[in-house]
Amino acid sequence: MEAAVLTDRFPRTQVLASQDMPTYQVAGEDLVETVRFLRDAQGFDLLADLCGIDWKDRTPRFGVVIHLLSTTHKEYVRLHVGAVNDAVPSVSSLHPGANWHEREAFDMFGIRFEGHPDPRRILMWDAYPYHPLRKEFPLAGIEVPLPAADVAEVTGQTVEPAPMMGGPFVSPGGKMSEGEPSALDQSWNEEKPKA
Amino acid sequence: MKTTKEISLGDIAARAEELRGENMTLNMGPSHPATHGVLRLSLELDGDKVVKCDPVIGYLHRGDEKIAENMTYNQFVPYTDRLDYLAPLANNVAYAIAVEKLAGLKMPERCEAIRVVCCEMARISSHLLGLGVYAMDTGAWTVFMYTFNEREKLYSLFEELTGARFTTSYTRIGGLTRDLPEGWLKKVEVFCDGVLKVIDEVDKLLTRNGIFLERTEGIAPISKELALAYGLTGPNLRASGVGFDLRKDKPYSGYEKYDFDVPVGTKGDCFDRYLVRMEEVRQSVRILRQACKNMPGGAWYAEDAKKIFLPPKAKVMTKMEELIQNFMIVTEGPQIPAGEVYFEAENPKGALGFYVVSNGGGVPYRLRIRGPSFVSLSILPAIVPGNYLTDIASILGSLDFVMGECDR
Repeated sequence: MEAAVLTDRFPRTQVLASQDMPTYQVAGEDLVETVRFLRDAQGFDLLADLCGIDWKDRTPRFGVVIHLLSTTHKEYVRLHVGAVNDAVPSVSSLHPGANWHEREAFDMFGIRFEGHPDPRRILMWDAYPYHPLRKEFPLAGIEVPLPAADVAEVTGQTVEPAPMMGGPFVSPGGKMSEGEPSALDQSWNEEKPKA
Repeated sequence: MKTTKEISLGDIAARAEELRGENMTLNMGPSHPATHGVLRLSLELDGDKVVKCDPVIGYLHRGDEKIAENMTYNQFVPYTDRLDYLAPLANNVAYAIAVEKLAGLKMPERCEAIRVVCCEMARISSHLLGLGVYAMDTGAWTVFMYTFNEREKLYSLFEELTGARFTTSYTRIGGLTRDLPEGWLKKVEVFCDGVLKVIDEVDKLLTRNGIFLERTEGIAPISKELALAYGLTGPNLRASGVGFDLRKDKPYSGYEKYDFDVPVGTKGDCFDRYLVRMEEVRQSVRILRQACKNMPGGAWYAEDAKKIFLPPKAKVMTKMEELIQNFMIVTEGPQIPAGEVYFEAENPKGALGFYVVSNGGGVPYRLRIRGPSFVSLSILPAIVPGNYLTDIASILGSLDFVMGECDR
């Protein structure tokens, strides 16, 4: 597929540089029509993957990356979509397989998918208060109540942050570091006042 | 006085709504032998017919994608073992190729061929378990013992190659942990002869078995359109009649050099999915034999991968340059240029995809894992309703999923 096929039809679409497959930045408003056009007119019949990504200092902060595969032409295409106001239109009406991927992106990043038939969490439990793949979420986790309220009432237990002693260890990149390698995320190591 | 009352079938049909009882909600799992791991199906039943199926996943969620953002590329290799833990070698290879693609590395032929051998052995190992357990799900114990016996031999070969039976962690970015042990390929060829005999035996035990046929034939057919719509890959997609195989259609690691066929089903029911896996084992043996016979010599790691692959130990001990390189790679990780890459490999369960975003340096900015089992399970709400409760074991077994990869 020539890049012009997509950019002529959807003028807001930009071609992005990429080393492995044609990549486009698609406007949120055009996403559903773009995916429909790619599926029906260009043969991209299989949604290989849909995932969220936290760009940290870009606006909009969150993005969604869609990989489509054509089983007839045997090629991939990648679509980048920015989540304006943390929302992106759902493509699960076109590719039912996107349903779970979108639930996961919502679960992990808090991206809302407009028009999603079943916007629930998928990997974490329904009452979980955070979105763990956001960059500010600590690797060890944050203390939260147990998923089962009745068990929590009897045992008084909570879900505790994971013990981090022993790894994973990484040195900051760039020049040779002076100290020992240590975990990239040091939030677990900060001194906390004794309860 | 009239004392008789005429009844007819027609009346009963008309009163169907009135005769219908309440629907029952049943939780199958998370600990249930037929769910192959910690999967829970929240089922709505009308009698023993399933009306609604809502899979609940996440019991095995470890946050692999979060962990990957916090460690160097090579440190993440052991985590890939634990995705599809029935084919860890294939996961290692898929991950290594994804990152190498981002680094723009070209692997030497020997490395590629060794990786092909690894992938195909992993496929046989995974399918042997898949077939054995599937037979058990449908009521036949013996097959499981046959296939497990063979898998045991495979694990001994894995042990000799990688040092571990289960969690192999064999690849590194830019190469492997070590070269093939001497005489190992001969043992693989001996294994190939043995496994074919067992597959023939399993074939005789199951393929014309009346009970097995009744439990699988025509159960939960997945049409071509449905399979594509849900993004199924691997044997599950091919059983539905789509002849798409990444090894043929998007060759990687030198798969284009091998001669093999891609088995394709027609109806896409449980029986077709079983047949496709049986044939895939035979084709894998074909690939293995070719790879063993034509194993190229030369380097087994990318020699030009200066800041990525650890230099040979002898040089580290004698040369300053290599010593520094070794130190830098171990502490700061293999230096991968900025960019993004998506790579899918044809794993035993389907296409295992890695989407790697790098800002440069030794740690990925984002590493997304596309698990084929996650996708295979997402089709359950579409195919389970309308089947009987007893068929669920048969349907789940035929999809051949692993929760480690689904929940990540």
